Amino acid sequence: MSYIKKPKISHPGLPRNAIGLTLRDYEGSMSTLCAGCGHDSVSAAIIQAYFDLSIEPHRVAKISGIGCSSKTPTYFLGGAHGFNSVHGRMPSIATGANAANREMQYIGVSGDGDSLSIGLGQFGHAIRRNINMMYVIENNGVYGLTKGQFSASADVGSTAKKGEANPYQPIDPVSMAISLGCSFVARGFSGDKEHLVPLLKAAITHPGFALLDVISPCVTFNDHEGSTKSYEFMRENERATVYADFIPNHEEITASSEPGGLETITMHDGSRIRLRRVAQDYDPGNRAQAFSHVEECSRAGEIATGLLYLDTGVAEMHELAGTTEDSLSSLDYSRLNPGNEALAKLQQRWR
Amino acid sequence: MKPTDTSDPQHYHRVVDCQFGCPAHTDVPHYIRQIAQGQFTEAYLENRKSNVFPGILGRVCDRPCEPACRRGRIDEKPVAICRLKRVAADLSDDIRDRLPQKGESNGKRVALVGAGCASLTVANDLLPLGYDLVMFEQHAVPGGLMRTNIPSFRLPPEVLDDEINLIVERGVDLRLNTRIDSMKELLNEGFDAVFVGTGAPKGKDLDLPGRHDTDRIHIGIDWLESVAFEHRDSIGERVLIIGVGNTAMDCCRTSLRLGGTDVKVMARKPRGWFKASEWELEDAEEENVEILVNHSPKEFVVENGKLIGMKFDKMEYEIDDDGNLSRGEVVSEEFIPCDDVILAIGQDNAFPWIERDLDMEFNKWDAPEVDRNNYQSTVPGVFFGGDAAWGPENIIWAVEHGHQAAISIHKHCSGEDIDDRLPRGMNLLSTKMGIHEWSFSNDFDGSPRTQMQHVDLTERFKKISVEVELGFDPEQAAREVERCLNCDVQTVFAEKLCIECDACIDICPVLCLTITENGEEDDLRGRLSAPAENKDQVLYVSDELPQTKRVMVKDEDLCVHCGLCAERCPTGAWDMRKSRLLVPFAVDEAKSTEERKAG
Repeated sequence: MSYIKKPKISHPGLPRNAIGLTLRDYEGSMSTLCAGCGHDSVSAAIIQAYFDLSIEPHRVAKISGIGCSSKTPTYFLGGAHGFNSVHGRMPSIATGANAANREMQYIGVSGDGDSLSIGLGQFGHAIRRNINMMYVIENNGVYGLTKGQFSASADVGSTAKKGEANPYQPIDPVSMAISLGCSFVARGFSGDKEHLVPLLKAAITHPGFALLDVISPCVTFNDHEGSTKSYEFMRENERATVYADFIPNHEEITASSEPGGLETITMHDGSRIRLRRVAQDYDPGNRAQAFSHVEECSRAGEIATGLLYLDTGVAEMHELAGTTEDSLSSLDYSRLNPGNEALAKLQQRWR
Repeated sequence: MKPTDTSDPQHYHRVVDCQFGCPAHTDVPHYIRQIAQGQFTEAYLENRKSNVFPGILGRVCDRPCEPACRRGRIDEKPVAICRLKRVAADLSDDIRDRLPQKGESNGKRVALVGAGCASLTVANDLLPLGYDLVMFEQHAVPGGLMRTNIPSFRLPPEVLDDEINLIVERGVDLRLNTRIDSMKELLNEGFDAVFVGTGAPKGKDLDLPGRHDTDRIHIGIDWLESVAFEHRDSIGERVLIIGVGNTAMDCCRTSLRLGGTDVKVMARKPRGWFKASEWELEDAEEENVEILVNHSPKEFVVENGKLIGMKFDKMEYEIDDDGNLSRGEVVSEEFIPCDDVILAIGQDNAFPWIERDLDMEFNKWDAPEVDRNNYQSTVPGVFFGGDAAWGPENIIWAVEHGHQAAISIHKHCSGEDIDDRLPRGMNLLSTKMGIHEWSFSNDFDGSPRTQMQHVDLTERFKKISVEVELGFDPEQAAREVERCLNCDVQTVFAEKLCIECDACIDICPVLCLTITENGEEDDLRGRLSAPAENKDQVLYVSDELPQTKRVMVKDEDLCVHCGLCAERCPTGAWDMRKSRLLVPFAVDEAKSTEERKAG
């Protein structure tokens, strides 16, 4: 917690993006999280990603549940819309908002408690519906807001601050999402923005549900020896699989920016994700391989990071439901509410 | 790059731009905080320690600190440092009982030639050590060029008298109306050391046709002196000032107070190549002085023994890509009528009173060869300082020369090596008072620079002694002090504690921190969070960080010392520590000698 606000001055040479905004225009209020919290780094990476993509903050809706992670939407994109929902119910709100206005960009921010304990059901169904949103889990393995109890993502044998070991099997959001057929599954580390920012940009642009699990150490309750989600453990055991460099559609690919051995995936809006493989034989389009890779790393005590699974061929919620092309907010009232007569007619069909 | 050696006092000293820019190294942020706390007397004493004349300098200093001020790089206008110095002087209590008295006589006699700022500083530093000081002054009042060349509407004589008295009344044998005409005779009087602080009293002349056909052409500094001593109280209505330095500004503004109504400053070059300080130009223009550019003097036009005007070549210049001015081309001739001309084109030091057969080496400008480090001429025991040493500079430089010469004189009189001087030191003290609590005001205050209030134009011309600047009142001072960025409160980094969580980097408002792979300086400067383009400002580079072996790099250029990096650091790897540069004076040298003798 800080008592002074970040001063409203900036580097005179601060760059502007394609819509004339600076990085600082994407900031939010002052964070009240613990000093050194991984979540603040994730917020900084999110700020960088939206800035780089030149997205107008007011075209974005930030939705979250309850927890340290769920507080963070306040700390980025001050000009965006926001909804801080009931614990674990962020996916419902995101689904509803997305159904009503498909023209907005949706970012859901959740934590391991919010998504893997109380909200596990909602999490799975949001994937199943393939809602067009970026779903960020700020995963630290503990309930920070209630003084550091193990969360559902804590590894077996990892120890709490006072030394006791966790006996329960962890729920890994990445394996779970792959098994549920999520169309974009990636994992990053808050201490490595160089790779986190491109992953965020790819996730924001992905037309469908993009899950980004970010290991984000809790400096207060889970950054000690014996933790498997500390800065030090991550730096020793992170296993980068596929780096994703994101190229927005307005940027031309030149020969020099297209070194050999890279695979380019073109997204629906013409932007591209360029994959740089660390493991040569890894194919992020192969669901079975993705699953077994994550599993193997986990067994070896490593954390697989990078863009782990991508399927651009899955239809998103609006396509699946055959909804109107326009957002509900843009429809005129007579179309939005055809009146009693139309309702009676509709009900007649099921009599 | 190699890890920065922060144990070298120079590193953190360079971060404090104002103090680094000040020849006397006044601890500006320190006294600004004292003013902020209402400790005006302490602020005055802090100033006096290094610059000796806070009341005088608070009005007329050349202020090298202000162009250096970091605030000027953040939001255009530097902190009004000079004006705050005056606040300390205006609101200070009497400090007489807090100054060291003259020490018990050590039997050494030192002659000080001239009673200007350099000699007075030497006296100030040597008095407590028990020297018997004899100060010779040709005029009936002490002060040197501060008295004769700075008009009273900028520097009231009472301020000058007061600060000179603080030194003289403690036991200097001041001999007024005593001109030294022979160095040889002076040396024969058996002084243990001689300090020459005779300034640069010779104004440059301009030998053009007509120069000697009239008595209405004046040498600027001589003319100002005759005004200061009330030998002259009028001038013609139309006055041309030749030259556009600070003396020219004093000449034009003085002319307005002696009857000039149409006063023009004639500049040979375009604006931007003027020697005068920006604020002195502003003050002159506020009084409706016209500054004409690109006029090169050609001829004084005298008819029937009466000066009627001057002819000028109108010049045209080109500026090349590097911003250099071409030699210029004459495009036409112009006649400008006038009643008086004042030449303010520079001044030199002059030593007609020093015999050339004294084994004192003179250089090609006919000035004595003086050692840049110990201020000694080639005659052991004869020292120079102020404008007399290397030509015209300013008061604050003269004060610094005085401090350094005093050390040399003390060493010389004690039979020590004058080049074996104490090094500078640096103290660092944490300002942490508690969680998110610092013993300095770390929040950035976005207020614009406080404007100095001036006496109305109609009022100020009534008498030459009406001081134009009113000084800051306590409320204005309270606002201005908050603009100071506390650059002396250093961000001190302990790499061993860093866990590379990026919290400091994310929170820094001016992007001055980066964790990255090490590299050569040029390479590193290009790949920081924001490119570090100001090469005058140092980079801090840490040792390898424990986890990834990368390094923490800080570009000191724009840091606003808000302390957020330290507030956000979970491990206390960053701390805000107040730096205090320890500059040795003569009294410190004496103490160190005693300590050495005592073993």
